[in-house]
Amino acid sequence: MKQQLPIALVFIFGLFMVFQYFVPHETSEEAYEFLLDWIVIIGIFALGLGIWSLIKVNWDKIAEARRNNTREWFYPCVTMAGLLMIIIPGFYGTKDGVSGFYFLSSEGLQNSFFRQLFNYIIVPAQSTMFALLAFYIASAAYRAFRARNILSTLLLGAALIVMLRFNPYIGPLSPIFADMANWLLNVPNLAAKRAIVIGIGLGVVATAMKVVLGIERGYMGKG
Amino acid sequence: MTRRLLSGVLMGLVVCLACNASAQSDSSQMATQVPAVSPPAPVTNLTAKDTENDHGHSITLRWTKSLDDGAGTGAVLKYDIYRHTTDGGPDSLVGFVASGESKWEHQGSREKEANDYIPDYTNFWYRVDAVTVDSSVRSAATVVGPVQSSGQWYNTGRTVVLIFVLGFGFATLFFVTHAKKGKDLYVRPLAGLEAVDDAIGRATEMGKPILYVLGLGTAADIATIASFSILGRVAKRVAENKTDLIVPCTDPVVFAVAQEVVRSSFLDAGRPDGYKEDMVYFLTQNQFAYVGAVNGTMLRERPATNIYMGKFFAESLLLAETGASAGSIQIAGTDEVAQIPFFVVACDYTLIGEELYAASAYLSREPLLLGSLKAQDLAKAAVLIIVAIGAVAINLDWPVFKELFKVVN
Repeated sequence: MKQQLPIALVFIFGLFMVFQYFVPHETSEEAYEFLLDWIVIIGIFALGLGIWSLIKVNWDKIAEARRNNTREWFYPCVTMAGLLMIIIPGFYGTKDGVSGFYFLSSEGLQNSFFRQLFNYIIVPAQSTMFALLAFYIASAAYRAFRARNILSTLLLGAALIVMLRFNPYIGPLSPIFADMANWLLNVPNLAAKRAIVIGIGLGVVATAMKVVLGIERGYMGKG
Repeated sequence: MTRRLLSGVLMGLVVCLACNASAQSDSSQMATQVPAVSPPAPVTNLTAKDTENDHGHSITLRWTKSLDDGAGTGAVLKYDIYRHTTDGGPDSLVGFVASGESKWEHQGSREKEANDYIPDYTNFWYRVDAVTVDSSVRSAATVVGPVQSSGQWYNTGRTVVLIFVLGFGFATLFFVTHAKKGKDLYVRPLAGLEAVDDAIGRATEMGKPILYVLGLGTAADIATIASFSILGRVAKRVAENKTDLIVPCTDPVVFAVAQEVVRSSFLDAGRPDGYKEDMVYFLTQNQFAYVGAVNGTMLRERPATNIYMGKFFAESLLLAETGASAGSIQIAGTDEVAQIPFFVVACDYTLIGEELYAASAYLSREPLLLGSLKAQDLAKAAVLIIVAIGAVAINLDWPVFKELFKVVN
């Protein structure tokens, strides 16, 4: 039963989703939207599980560090402090002139301390991580563009042309770079990309079909 | 002197007022001198039909443009569309389109409370007016109706997709049945998947953990579902080899499923005691906070192997480069075309696109799963043939072939 019920549910709802694509009637649309609402509901319950997991894993790490008398309690403590620091102000707000904790409404999201935490800590931290990508791209490009054999030399040549085309000083000097780069991007690059996309499309359909038919049960941990 | 000055000022004022009055009189004469616009020719052949292949609450109007739209006097500025709820009853303006158009869809809400609600199975009559720059000068077409909107139970515009899905489904079932009979199916070697076993062995020898990243996709993404299957098989081998596994998750639903997958795999491998709750854990739903946490884990734990399977976005290179600098063997697979080059550069092995979906079958070697790979190959051959014929058809200006594959959304 524990195995058959999930497979039966996947079969029923998977088949419904296939049919729904071909049935534009509002009854089908309403059923589809109803199921999408369930995704949100399940997600909210799962978020509770997720937060519990985060607290438990970090609490266990702190306890283990204390047992072993090591200094590995620091990062879990930072994580726990961060979690509490954003959750508690997130519930504290003012409604109808009365300040307090509001657990069933979103007043806390207007709390200035909460907004400052978000605007001046979370957003800059995110931007910093994203900005690091530029340096990672440079180091990855350095490794990729070494002319070790014919193929990597071809890659290097193609990359150079495309980089020169987008260089604000060299690119506009000659239309040759633009023509060559456009050809590289629109012909060989696009052809390869489309081949991959077609393969992905077929793979998606095949995997979905295997899951719906119960052939693929890996998602249940059953090989 | 003062008198002279006062009379001068008064004279000046009188002259100014006279000039102003004269200017106003000129402008009013100019306005009346605008040539009168004659009524344009009305639209003809007006039809109103229920919109095809929709959920209802929509009516499509088509007409032949007024003879004065873009030709003739060229006086038509726009078309006003009116709806009557009774035959010959009062009308109401429901929309307008610019001149040059000959089709308009009256799309309404399906919510009864909405102002633009159009009830299905209710009679309506429509009229289209050709309007000139002077909105009072217009020509009305004959009222058409009654017409009712209704929803359809089958979208005929998607027939080609249905045919392809059915064909592909039958091919999959055929090869799966074929595989059930014990026929040997050849699958080309995939270096990335061949390396999974070696990577797990390496981790066992080094006594270091394996880091498995499911990506940023949700549990509804097929790439994540494929990744669950691979995780299941990796976890089984990890359990057999008594190695450690770390699975940090970014989506709470993915976390709950991944936890169940790993627990079941340990149970299947006969080592339920080897499963630890903190093997699979939830981190955050924030993309870059997740990257920071996983990168920190990589640098602190120094996993022997990092496996990235699923949906990845801007974090792909941040993760893979950190893993490379930490000296881990890295295997990646994603269906995000834009991220594949990053993984190719930074990882030791990369599963490109569809290989991610083949991984589960490849690792398990189960005939049932391998059968579906054959169906995929057949479908790819069919796509290649269709693309070749399509290229020829387009170059020979043969639009019939193109129309065969037209899909209405």
